[in-house]
Amino acid sequence: MDFDLTCEQKRIREMCRKLATEVIAPRAEEMERTGEYPYDIITQMASLGIMGIPFPKEYGGGEGDWVSMHLCIEEVSRGDVSLGSLLDVTTSVVGNEIYTFGTEEQKQKWLIPLAQGKEIGAFGLTEPDAGSDTAALKTTAVLEGEEWVINGSKQFITNIGLDNASIIVITAKTRVEQNGRMTISTLVVPKGAPGFTLGQRYEKMTFHASATHEVFFDDCRIPKHYLLGDIKKGLAQHLSVLQTGRISVAAISTGLAQACLDEALAFTTQRFRSRQHQLESQTIPFKIADIAMMIELSRMIYLKAAWLKDQGKDYTLEAHFAKLFATETAKKIASDVFNIYGLFGCLDQYPISRYFKVAKLFEIVEGTSEMQRLVISRELLG
Amino acid sequence: MDFNLSEEQIDIQKAAREFAQGEFDPEHALDLDRNCQFPLKIWKKACNLGFIGIHFPNRYGGQDLGLVENILIVEEFCRQHSGIGMALGLSDFGSEMILRFGNDDQKRRYLPPIATGESASSLAYMEQVQTNEFSAFNTVAIRNGDGYFINGKKLFVVNGKLSGPMVVLCQLNNPEFDEQVALIVEKNSEGPAVSMMGGQMGMRMVPMVSLTFNNLKVPHENLIGDEGNGRFQFINFLNEMRIEVSAMGIGIAQGAFDLALTYSKQRVQFDQKIASFEAIRNKLADMVTRIEMARLLTYKAAWDFDQNGGNVMLNCMAKMISAETAFEAADDALHIFGGYGYIVENQIEHFYRDARMVNTFGEVGRTQKKLIANKVIGKI
Repeated sequence: MDFDLTCEQKRIREMCRKLATEVIAPRAEEMERTGEYPYDIITQMASLGIMGIPFPKEYGGGEGDWVSMHLCIEEVSRGDVSLGSLLDVTTSVVGNEIYTFGTEEQKQKWLIPLAQGKEIGAFGLTEPDAGSDTAALKTTAVLEGEEWVINGSKQFITNIGLDNASIIVITAKTRVEQNGRMTISTLVVPKGAPGFTLGQRYEKMTFHASATHEVFFDDCRIPKHYLLGDIKKGLAQHLSVLQTGRISVAAISTGLAQACLDEALAFTTQRFRSRQHQLESQTIPFKIADIAMMIELSRMIYLKAAWLKDQGKDYTLEAHFAKLFATETAKKIASDVFNIYGLFGCLDQYPISRYFKVAKLFEIVEGTSEMQRLVISRELLG
Repeated sequence: MDFNLSEEQIDIQKAAREFAQGEFDPEHALDLDRNCQFPLKIWKKACNLGFIGIHFPNRYGGQDLGLVENILIVEEFCRQHSGIGMALGLSDFGSEMILRFGNDDQKRRYLPPIATGESASSLAYMEQVQTNEFSAFNTVAIRNGDGYFINGKKLFVVNGKLSGPMVVLCQLNNPEFDEQVALIVEKNSEGPAVSMMGGQMGMRMVPMVSLTFNNLKVPHENLIGDEGNGRFQFINFLNEMRIEVSAMGIGIAQGAFDLALTYSKQRVQFDQKIASFEAIRNKLADMVTRIEMARLLTYKAAWDFDQNGGNVMLNCMAKMISAETAFEAADDALHIFGGYGYIVENQIEHFYRDARMVNTFGEVGRTQKKLIANKVIGKI
């Protein structure tokens, strides 16, 4: 048993904390207000090697581990969650999927620019009628000669609206077996493929700096060898990398909760400086104690899940625990800190309303809390 | 004991519901929310039909009805749309200070235009550094000859951009004296300097402003009640306001629930309507139970106010549970919508943003807990 971080892990965390404090956080309000994507910050993150932390050097990575990657995601998210989510999708999910299931050629072609942060990846799973029910997808891909012809659509696609988003990895029905079951495969679709259309950017409650769009495939053609991994195991592959994504969402939520605590401490000490009895009363201080404790617990469980992954051990339960606990905790904390702020909390000039609005999102994305509970209970009950 | 609403109350509730369903156009609501605009046209119509100021006496443009009738309307409005509902509900904010404590001249002058939609009232009390339960203000009114000079700054004033009277709570003469006055200030060229508080997460159709008073002169006839009665008047006002805000909370909770219920019976996942999953069914059952509890307490508090003049324990309890219920219901409702809930055009996210305001608007939620504890524990 050893709870110490390695020197390298500490270095990465410090580097990301510095970036978040000095570069990301000061821009977060503006990013949310204008909805302009922070390309300069993304470039800076790339130059620090952040997108490639867990991948080997030969694929443009930093030869680090998933613990480091998640420490990084937490710190970046403490500055702004939309950039933490960018990392989740491009590294933990898309980069991870190509690294795990891709051929050497595919890794050379797609993983290296993703790991270097020159290109950004997107993940296509959700469809209008396939949310939690991921297998209910309607998108099809038919092999015609040397090409896949794809028809359908995917929605709520993070990152895809970025200018430097290069690929979307999607699931599609590729054939129907004799027993009536369908084969679902994963395919890598370049953003510029013929028949690929970027749909409208969603008007969302918040999270405006995250480039979320719907995408359409109308007789979209890609080469045959853009199939990723086993043709029959596409859905399982696609879902398996979401397991890592869950750790990342937990790390994002932990960073968000930490940002809420930072604000609560600043606000409480500033606003009530002249009024000592406010600090001497118990309601707010006790709330702050609870918040700090819950954040530490969120951090422990996502780190354990990441560590298990690094050890090559099964981390299914821990990933679900981490996702469920950290996201519900972050939402509760954001709401509590909003109440500490009182009416000041509703003003855009303070970050807390932004934190409050976005915290709820992580209870929904990459598997709702219900889906986490479903999987956990199935693991336990068999 | 009788839990039935009277026939008249049922009619009012129905009329308010039909008005809201007919007039709160979803597309228009989206625009108002996006652009932080007060729903001017809807408000005028609501006033024409007598929905605003229903609790004012006939001679002041009202219908001589009580708080119960007033909150039935507020609840229905918020149920249909949290943003429009709160804006209409708050259009006469603070008018009760004049209604309950003003003299006949003041009532005749200020109340009828509020009921008819010519002007919207407001109340300025919050400040940068707030003392416990508003026991003292840093905004000071100095008596001088036939009037008062006000100096100081008030924050989070609703309807500050609309014409109409503002009631301003000030410390009399000196912050050292524990005496407060409520003065009516008219918004005209000689009024206080008005500036926007800035972008708001919720209640976006009620843009809040700050007011800076720089030796603003107010004539003596604008004093509400007697000098030094400000605190008493304000505490009584809070009793009434908490109940009205509670009604906003239950309206918001009910509206969010309505949408979630409908959606859960349409959305199919795993070949079933999601309303058939126990996890969703439990959520809906919890929501509707909590809403019923909050409604009962709110109605009881309003009834008690009409019958007996109000009870601080009851109205604090009502606001506390309504604020919690509004938030939990909006949270659960958005959750049932899943990713679609975050998309603005689906019109559930405004319930989420507005619901959070119920706890903080008027007075922050923990104050109610404190007051309940004070009452129930007494001296130790």
